Amino acid sequence: MSEPAFSGADSADSAARAARAEVSADSTAERSTAAGETMRTPSSPSQLALRRFWSNLGARVSVVALALIILAVVVGPYILGIDPDAQNLTASRQPPGNGHVLGTDLLGRDVLARLLSGVRVSILVGLAAAASALALGTVIGVVAGSAGGRVDSALMRVTDIFMAVPSLLVVIVCGGILGPSIALLVGLIAAFAWPTSARIARSVVLSVRELDFVKAATAAGTRRPTIMRRHLLPAVIPQVTVSGALLVATAILSEAALSFLGLGVVPPQASWGNMLQSAQSFTVISSMPWLWLPPGLAIILTSVSVIFIGDGMRDALDPKASR
Amino acid sequence: MLRYVVTRFITMLLVLFVVSAALFSLSHAAPGGPLASLVPPDMVGDSGPLIEAKTKEFGLDQPLPVQYLRWVSHIAVGDLGTSFQFNRSVASLMLERIAPTLELMGLGLVIGTLLALFLGVVQASRKGSVVDYGIGTVSLVLMSTPAFFLGMVAIYILSARFGLLPSSQMSSPGDGSTTDLLRHLVLPVSVLAIVHCAVMTRYVRVGLLEELSSDYVRTALAQGATRRQARRKGLRNTLGPLVTVVMISVPALLGGAVVLEAVFSWPGMGSLVLAAIEFRDYPIILAFGMIVALLVVLSNFAADILVSVLDPRVRLQ
Repeated sequence: MSEPAFSGADSADSAARAARAEVSADSTAERSTAAGETMRTPSSPSQLALRRFWSNLGARVSVVALALIILAVVVGPYILGIDPDAQNLTASRQPPGNGHVLGTDLLGRDVLARLLSGVRVSILVGLAAAASALALGTVIGVVAGSAGGRVDSALMRVTDIFMAVPSLLVVIVCGGILGPSIALLVGLIAAFAWPTSARIARSVVLSVRELDFVKAATAAGTRRPTIMRRHLLPAVIPQVTVSGALLVATAILSEAALSFLGLGVVPPQASWGNMLQSAQSFTVISSMPWLWLPPGLAIILTSVSVIFIGDGMRDALDPKASR
Repeated sequence: MLRYVVTRFITMLLVLFVVSAALFSLSHAAPGGPLASLVPPDMVGDSGPLIEAKTKEFGLDQPLPVQYLRWVSHIAVGDLGTSFQFNRSVASLMLERIAPTLELMGLGLVIGTLLALFLGVVQASRKGSVVDYGIGTVSLVLMSTPAFFLGMVAIYILSARFGLLPSSQMSSPGDGSTTDLLRHLVLPVSVLAIVHCAVMTRYVRVGLLEELSSDYVRTALAQGATRRQARRKGLRNTLGPLVTVVMISVPALLGGAVVLEAVFSWPGMGSLVLAAIEFRDYPIILAFGMIVALLVVLSNFAADILVSVLDPRVRLQ
């Protein structure tokens, strides 16, 4: 479940296409505003993209779902008013009801309270890992794309190797020896998730650097680092950010799998993965579904929403790509 | 071709060298130092002459590069050290446990890929229809489902509620019949195949759609070929890139297998490693790291070779 590329097959091509589409959209938008002052509402490309995004049903539902999850995280604990770490050994593994909406676990802790406190870790790990991977991938992709030649092929070779290594297995080996920790988890997930963003960034750079304004900048004597920063990076960032949604989902799933194996977030801190860890025995699976069903469904809901939002953003930025 | 194979082989050795160096430094960074990865944990606490003797025995008083060379030369001839838990050679333990894991992975890979081919073709030939969106959405949801959770749901429904299939191990004690073995295979293999298929279906669909919109397919249709014939032509050309994706996904499949072995108590390499982690049995963990690296390198290599065999346009240089 921890492949670095969910949609790698189409993402690189469509990203390049999107970059071109975006640039042409920019110029047509400028022309239309210059020519037609009489138009009632001149729409900017980003407004158009926003409208396209909102017209996508899956994306709209996902935004609402994710907003509800975040609301539940922020407000939920205060409404519920139960300490997620409070143990009550006399009320071990109680079924839902009796003051505990989702029942209690082995140590008599409230499952709903732990579910709400577990979200924080899951989402934090997901965002931190994805953000680091995006930053690293963007830098490597932009450098490879604009340098070209040997630097490019060497960097892409490294990218291929990293792409083929599942971070899950690396964390199993490293975490198994060094001991589990959240920092290690985030670092290693990011260290093996950057290739997708690097490839997208590179393909965008390859198409943008042939455009006239970049050539003009080069002819005017602008130095390469400045061109990268001023002209290439702004074209790359939207595309890469969109692909980041998938990375967030991948990271959330990796965290869950690793905490499930006991190599991620260590109890008593609750995470969705380690809530499922305590449900490894057949008796728990067969007779206490309240212990493992809610965290599992929460993981699915979160990562489906994130992926749908990512897809929606990609479609919105890339109206020409037919899928 | 030969020249390509040789250069690739050298790159492979280079990558394995880097990985082995990383694993070596990892074993030195382990809590308790390098000795912890050579001596059972209960002995590390023992101070005094024993530790000194062990340090000498394993050459830990020598400079790091010398130690590394020694370690690597042992690995190169298949000596992976001795497991603390079982007091047996790691190589023989791994050999014993690798077969069940490969069985799980192989069956999952074949079934999952075939299923993905079928579903992807169905999606591409009915692009934009309810069937297309339906399969797409289901595969997206399955992609967002942790493999172990899918396994738990399968156990809950098929083993606990309806008692149709066994939920753990490879066979029932005292029953080694083929039917019994097959019944134990069904759940873990299906879950792994479904997880693999969910990812692959997307690639098949996108690849086939791209081919179907190309000129040669349009020409074929203009000359009176049926949609079916055109699809067959297009599908053949999507297989090349697909083989690459499938081969590269093999290491990820191992990741899935490790997690599922924990859920289904499958006695493979994954359960061996997970038990080793609990026991801090470092030689097994390090050996597993080496096997993962080998698998990654080999599946990449196989992908390149297979593509050049399947697609005459690809020239290896």
